[in-house]
Amino acid sequence: MTKEIIISGFGGQGIVSSGIILAHAGLIEDKHVTFFPSYGAEMRGGTANCSVVISSEPVASPIVATPDVVIIMNEPSLARFEMAVKPGGLLLYNQTLIKSKPKRKDITVMPIEANVLAEELGQGRIANMVMLGVFAKKTGLLSLRTLKNAQRKRYKKANDEQLALNDKALEKGYGLFGNSK
Amino acid sequence: MAEKKLMYGNHAIVEGVIAAGCRFFAGYPITPQNEIPESMSVRMVDEGGVFIQTESEIAAINMLFGAAAAGKRAMTSSSSPGISLMQEGISYIAGADIPVLVVNIVRGGPGLGNIAPAQSDYYQSTRGGGHGDYFTITLAPNSAQDLYEFPKLAFELAEKYRNPALILADGLLGQMMEAVEFSFEPIDPKSLPEKEWALCGCKGRERRVVRSYDLKQGRLEELNLRRAEKYTTIRKDEQRFKDEYCDDADLVVIAYGTSSRIASAAVRMARQKGLKVGLLRPITLWPFPTDVLADMSKRIENFLVVEMSCGQMIDDVKLATECRSNIHFHGRPGGGVPIPSEILEKIEAVLGGAR
Repeated sequence: MTKEIIISGFGGQGIVSSGIILAHAGLIEDKHVTFFPSYGAEMRGGTANCSVVISSEPVASPIVATPDVVIIMNEPSLARFEMAVKPGGLLLYNQTLIKSKPKRKDITVMPIEANVLAEELGQGRIANMVMLGVFAKKTGLLSLRTLKNAQRKRYKKANDEQLALNDKALEKGYGLFGNSK
Repeated sequence: MAEKKLMYGNHAIVEGVIAAGCRFFAGYPITPQNEIPESMSVRMVDEGGVFIQTESEIAAINMLFGAAAAGKRAMTSSSSPGISLMQEGISYIAGADIPVLVVNIVRGGPGLGNIAPAQSDYYQSTRGGGHGDYFTITLAPNSAQDLYEFPKLAFELAEKYRNPALILADGLLGQMMEAVEFSFEPIDPKSLPEKEWALCGCKGRERRVVRSYDLKQGRLEELNLRRAEKYTTIRKDEQRFKDEYCDDADLVVIAYGTSSRIASAAVRMARQKGLKVGLLRPITLWPFPTDVLADMSKRIENFLVVEMSCGQMIDDVKLATECRSNIHFHGRPGGGVPIPSEILEKIEAVLGGAR
């Protein structure tokens, strides 16, 4: 089993953090992982993306060209990565901020009101956690519990209140399609 | 099994350097290796070592010369343009037969180039790099685990042969996160034996001199010939490589570092299609693993060299195989990174053409 994932959005949406959380989560579940961010001239408001590979085998290439799953957080990212998804793959997108509709018919497309749901929980910036919850549920790759542990490895300095809120956002996403565990 | 920790490649180097018993870092910031000095500035202080952000790369390499001449394990890191600035110092260090570790997280060049991953410093690393008759031992990691383990190996080789050692990685390896297992017992710097040439105070003994300068007639020739003998020994004894699926291969891909990871994915794709393709990954770039290649070239008709440059290692492949095989090339220069499918296409083109 090898899953190749690309997460893309603008700087400040927690794109890199989401990728690192997925990598931590894979490692917690004893899988082989790589995480590679677009790096360099990045800034808040600019575009950011990262590639994550989670596999039962040692990962050969950390470069993801045809992802199994993409998590798309803003409009420019949809244009950039929709066509790259592997046939039969999964495209999760943040419907709150993306007005265009994906055109692919050979992949599963799931719109998620990530920012709306995050705002309902009291904090727009945790929209990425909602998406990760959906990701865990739809791929079956990682458990909700693992993601909760993984976010604690990423946000080492966060207070308990914030971590609890992140958990709620993960649960929210996880519970969107079917029963929450 | 020890616990695995998710780490950036650049941070894995820092932990590997400290575990190798090195307590001296001097360097100047440059992308994509800034996480090394950033992390060193905390970790070296934690460990009671020395961290210096120098005024330039030239200062850094010369401070390294001083620290290493005093017998201590010392290292610096930089990226391509910064390493170019250090070449004068590296030549002096090689001329003085002093062991140091230099890490190059390669970016696109020439000139200021860009900050993307590249492998275009192969010639500079494996041909000495500065002026004069010398070589630098050059190791090519391809994972965060290697980045943790290679500093120790580099120091051991550098000290064994009294020669500078390089770790040649690239921006992708530095910026990528992977699991790292702290696979060896950290070395206490105090447990390292004193070097018989080190400048550490001559009270009660003969004075020692470390220099790369000798004007006495015939003396430098003699020194360089002795150094050449050392290089012959290194070439004979220290070639390192890894191979996958080479035993029955019709074609062997040759790639190091990041390219070898991507090539490995392409080789697996080719095998799934029933193509007999193998991978040879040089771990030491100098000394280049010529023996295994010379041997392979007696039975393998086609080699495909993959590099993130316009083709530099390909020269060493040609020298090692002595025109017995066809040498093909796929390169992505200037910060371009190949993807597995494009390497697979090239493999299929070569094997299709060969049929």
